[in-house]
Amino acid sequence: MVLLTMMAVLTAAIVVQRNLFAVVVFGSIYSFLMATVLVALDAVDVAMTEASVGAGMSTVLLLAALYLTRGEEVKPLHRPLLPLLVAMVIGAALVYGTFGLPAFSDPQAPINTHVVPRYLGESLKETGVPNVVTAVLASYRGYDTLGETIVVFTAGAGVIALLRRIRRREDTRR
Amino acid sequence: MRRDLVLRVVAKLLIPFVLLFALYVQFHGDFGPGGGFQAGVITAAAVIFFAIIFGLPAARRFAPDWFVESMVAAGVLVYGSVGVAGLLLGGNYLDYFVLAHDTVHGQERGIFWVEVGVAITVSGVMMKIFYMFAGRRRDPDEA
Repeated sequence: MVLLTMMAVLTAAIVVQRNLFAVVVFGSIYSFLMATVLVALDAVDVAMTEASVGAGMSTVLLLAALYLTRGEEVKPLHRPLLPLLVAMVIGAALVYGTFGLPAFSDPQAPINTHVVPRYLGESLKETGVPNVVTAVLASYRGYDTLGETIVVFTAGAGVIALLRRIRRREDTRR
Repeated sequence: MRRDLVLRVVAKLLIPFVLLFALYVQFHGDFGPGGGFQAGVITAAAVIFFAIIFGLPAARRFAPDWFVESMVAAGVLVYGSVGVAGLLLGGNYLDYFVLAHDTVHGQERGIFWVEVGVAITVSGVMMKIFYMFAGRRRDPDEA
């Protein structure tokens, strides 16, 4: 609860703050709080990913991007009332949708009756890997992880393609 | 930042431990938290740390561009070839049971190589994106 309150305060600070450097630092702190929340929820693998990617890597990349641009956020040209309305309606719809979800850690919920008992009970016997997260990621859901790896690869290839072309154009201009 | 003695010494002390921790996360991911993705990110973070303290050219000498770029593709190839190995040994694509005589052993072997592939691709992509951003200079028209 304390963590969630701090995250809400940080979000407000990010919205109000106009200095982009401060926004990046706030974002990094937000990611660390998120990682702490995930540790509290016993999702250590996800917490590790959040701390290293969310707080570490993306902060460094955002700072590198910030170096290439101006440090101040531009004042909006018109009042963003319509986007605000759309965001609030979608947020309300999402909150309404959560009322239909089963209660947290409800043993009768579909997620706990379908494949999870097999994963938790049989994965050590079937894969010999004590960490269930690793067993599910790499073995039971091997296709998904292959897809994710290809997504990461595609992202890297996309960045290479985009930034390379810009550099070449600068060369021809000179 | 390149002339700051404290930062240089601390970086030299820390980076070996960061890399060691990445290896631990990679190979201990079967037992504790972690795995290929996290290990790849930590490896890339060590190289980026090095680049921030000692400058981009020094990092490029340590991990040259061609090497990083081939890492991006090599990881996916390692992952994919685990699947092809399963096919060749008479299973379905990404079937690990056939990779060793014992099915559980085959699973462990398959998971190990798959995680290696993920780690290689992830760290390659992270390093490459950082190189790309850090290698650009501020556009004179905008600043």
